[in-house]
Amino acid sequence: MTATEPRRAEAATGSTPGTGPTARSGGRRPRGRPAMYTTYAQDMALLNTRGKKVGLGALLVLAVLLPFVLQDDLLRLLATGCVLSIGAIGLNLVTGYAGQVSLGHAFFLGVGAYTASVVAGDPEDEEVWGLGITFLPVWLLAAGVVAAVLGLVVAPLASRLRGLYLAIVTLGLVFIGEHVFREWDSLTGGVGVGRQAAEPVLFGMDLSRRSESFSGDQQMYWLMLAMLLLFALVGRNIARSAMGRSFAAVRDRDIAAEITGVDVRRVKRRAFVVSSFYAGCAGALWYSILGFIDPSSFGLLLSVQFIAMVLIGGVATISGSIMGAFFIALLPRLTRELPAYLPFLSSSATDTPNVFQFETLLYGLLIVLFLIFEPRGLYGVWIRVRNYWKAWPFSY
Amino acid sequence: MTAGSAAAPVVEVADVTLRFKGVTAINGVSFTVGEHELFAIIGPNGAGKTSIFNVLSGVYRPQEGSVRFLGEPVLGRRPHTIAARGMARTFQNIELFENLTVIDNLMLGRAHAVRYGMFAAAGWLGPARRSELADRAAVEDIVDFLELAQYRGFPVGLLPYGVQKRVELGRALAMEPKLLLLDEPVAGMNLEETEDMARFILDIRDELEIPMIMVEHDMGLVMDLADRVLVVDFGVPITTGTPVEVQRNPDVVKAYLGEDHATGGRRSKAPSAAGTAAAGEHP
Ligand SMILES: Nc1ncnc2c1ncn2[C@@H]1O[C@H](COP(=O)(O)OP(=O)(O)OP(=O)(O)O)[C@@H](O)[C@H]1O
Ligand SMILES: [Mg+2]
Repeated sequence: MTATEPRRAEAATGSTPGTGPTARSGGRRPRGRPAMYTTYAQDMALLNTRGKKVGLGALLVLAVLLPFVLQDDLLRLLATGCVLSIGAIGLNLVTGYAGQVSLGHAFFLGVGAYTASVVAGDPEDEEVWGLGITFLPVWLLAAGVVAAVLGLVVAPLASRLRGLYLAIVTLGLVFIGEHVFREWDSLTGGVGVGRQAAEPVLFGMDLSRRSESFSGDQQMYWLMLAMLLLFALVGRNIARSAMGRSFAAVRDRDIAAEITGVDVRRVKRRAFVVSSFYAGCAGALWYSILGFIDPSSFGLLLSVQFIAMVLIGGVATISGSIMGAFFIALLPRLTRELPAYLPFLSSSATDTPNVFQFETLLYGLLIVLFLIFEPRGLYGVWIRVRNYWKAWPFSY
Repeated sequence: MTAGSAAAPVVEVADVTLRFKGVTAINGVSFTVGEHELFAIIGPNGAGKTSIFNVLSGVYRPQEGSVRFLGEPVLGRRPHTIAARGMARTFQNIELFENLTVIDNLMLGRAHAVRYGMFAAAGWLGPARRSELADRAAVEDIVDFLELAQYRGFPVGLLPYGVQKRVELGRALAMEPKLLLLDEPVAGMNLEETEDMARFILDIRDELEIPMIMVEHDMGLVMDLADRVLVVDFGVPITTGTPVEVQRNPDVVKAYLGEDHATGGRRSKAPSAAGTAAAGEHP
C-alpha cells in the first residue's frame, strides 16, 4: 500500500475542490499535483483526469486510422456500430437515466428513417413521396425533429403509467408503427419493395459513393464516427446538466423529485423527446448506410436489440451504450463463424438449429447473464478492470 | 421566548380535514407559523403529523380547509410549484437519490435556480456553464455549513444513516426555502448525531433565519428548540402553546399515556419537566 499511498490519497481528495473564494477563481492546478482540482469547473469537466484525456485521445486516433487497415465490409459493420450507438444512447437517456422503460424505440428509428428518405427522396418518383433535399444536415435534422415531435405525443403516457404498464403501451406503439410502415406505400414503398435511402450528400458530394481517393465505405465510416462523437458529446452534456440530474431523480424517487421542485411531467416529456430525437437520427443514418431497409424491419426485435445494447453495455452510461451497441453490432459477425467450429449449427436459415436462432438465443442469454452477474454491464466490467490496474499490484 | 406569530404569517392552516377510506388522518387542524419561528408538531404515532406535511407540500389534498403559504393559497397546486415558491422538506424515512453523489443530491435542490434549457444543456453553452457553476458554489456553501465536505463525492446510498439525514437537510437548504419542514430530523440517531442536528437546526434559525415546522418524537429536543408546539392526537388538535404551557396541559399527558397514568414520567416519550432547558443552552 505504501508505494501507492500518496497517489491514492490524492485521488480520494481529487474530487475535492478547495473551498473559499480564491479556489473558485483560480484556474491552474498546483504544480506536481495533476489530480487536484482547484476550481469547480475542473471538477465538472467531462474528461476530468489526465488518464481519461490520454485514453480517449488514443482511442480516437486509432478509430480515425482504422479505414487504412480494415476491409470495406468490416468498416461498414463499424459504421453501423456507430449509428446503433447513437440509437442506444437515445434509449439509455430515456430508460437508463430517466427510468422510463420503452419498448417503442424501433418505432422512432423507423420514423426517422422514412422522414429522411422522404426529405431526400426524388420528387419525380411517382411511387413514393420525395422533397429532393439531399443535403445531409437537413434530412438528418428533419428525421430527428419529426421523431422528437412524436415522442412528445407519446410522453404523456409516461406521466400516467409506469414500469411494466409503460413498457406494454410502448410495445403497442411498435406494433402500430410496424403496421403503418407496411401499409403506407407512398411513405415506405411497401413490404418487399421498399424505397431508396436518403443520400448522404455533404459539400456537394455523395459520401456513400467512392470518390477519387476513398471508397464509399471509408467515407461513410468517418461520417458515422463523427456523428457518434457529436451525439455522444451531447449525451454527456445532457447527463451532467440539471436535466440529467432531474432524469435520475425521477427514476430513483419521483415523489421526492417533485418535492425538491422537479416538474416530473416535464422531465418525462423531455426524456422522451431527446430519446426520440436520437432514435430518429440513428434511424436515418442507419438507413443511409444500408441503402435499403424493408418496412418490416422496425419491429419488436429491433427494440429488443436496443434494450440488449443498453443492458449489456451499462444502464445510465454513455460509454456503456456505445460498448453495448458495438457488441450487438459485431455479434452476428462472430456467430456466423460458428458453424465452422460447431458442426451441428447450420448457416442456412431453413435448417434447425441455425446460427440465426442461435443469435436470438444469445441475446436473451446475455441479457439474463449480465442482469444477474454484472448489472452495470460492460461499463461495469471496464470499471473493474480499470480499478484493478490502478491498484496493481495490490488486489484491493 | 416570545412567539413570532405576531409578524406576517409564513403559513396559515385553517380547519384542515383529510380523510382516507375509513381514517380521518387530520381532523380540523389550524395553526399559523410566523417568520423566524420554530414551530413543532408533536403527537403519538399515527396522529397525522406527516399527513399535515403532505398537505402543506401538496402531496395530499384535504377534503376541507385551506392552506396559505406566503399569503397565497396552496391547495390544488402541484408539489413542484409549491416547492418552487420556497417550501422545502425532509422526510421521516429518508428520501434521497441513493445512486447520486452528495453533491448531485444537493444540486437537485437547486431546480428552482436552473435558468437554462435543453439546448444550452446539450451544447454546454455559456448559460448552462454559468448556472451550473453558480449552483455548485451555492451547494458548496451548504456542504461547509453542514460539515459534509468529506462525503462530497460519495453516492448517498453508501453513507451512514445520520449523514444521510444531514444530506437530506442539505438538499432542503439548497432550495433556499422560505419555510422548512422537518419530519423527525433526529429519529434513529445516536446522542452525538442528535446534538449535531440540534446545532444545525439552531444555526438555520439564527443564521439563515428560516422559519421551520418540526415534527419530532424526541421531547427533549422539541422542548429545547421549539418556540411553540402543536399537539395532535388521532388527527385532532389538542392544544397549541409554548413548550412550558404544553407540558402542563393535562390533555397532552393523557394523549400520550392514556387515562391511567396521571403524571407523565415515562422517559422522554412524553413531555416532561426535564426538557425545559432554554434553547440557547443546547450544545
Ligand atoms: N396514503 C394513505 N392512505 C391511507 N391512510 C393513510 C395514508 N397516509 C396516512 N394514512 C393514515 O393516516 C394516519 C396518520 O398517519 P401519519 O403518517 O400522518 O401519522 P404520523 O403522525 O406521522 O405518525 P408517525 O409518528 O408514526 O410518523 C394513520 O392512521 C395512517 O395510517
Ligand atoms: Mg410521520
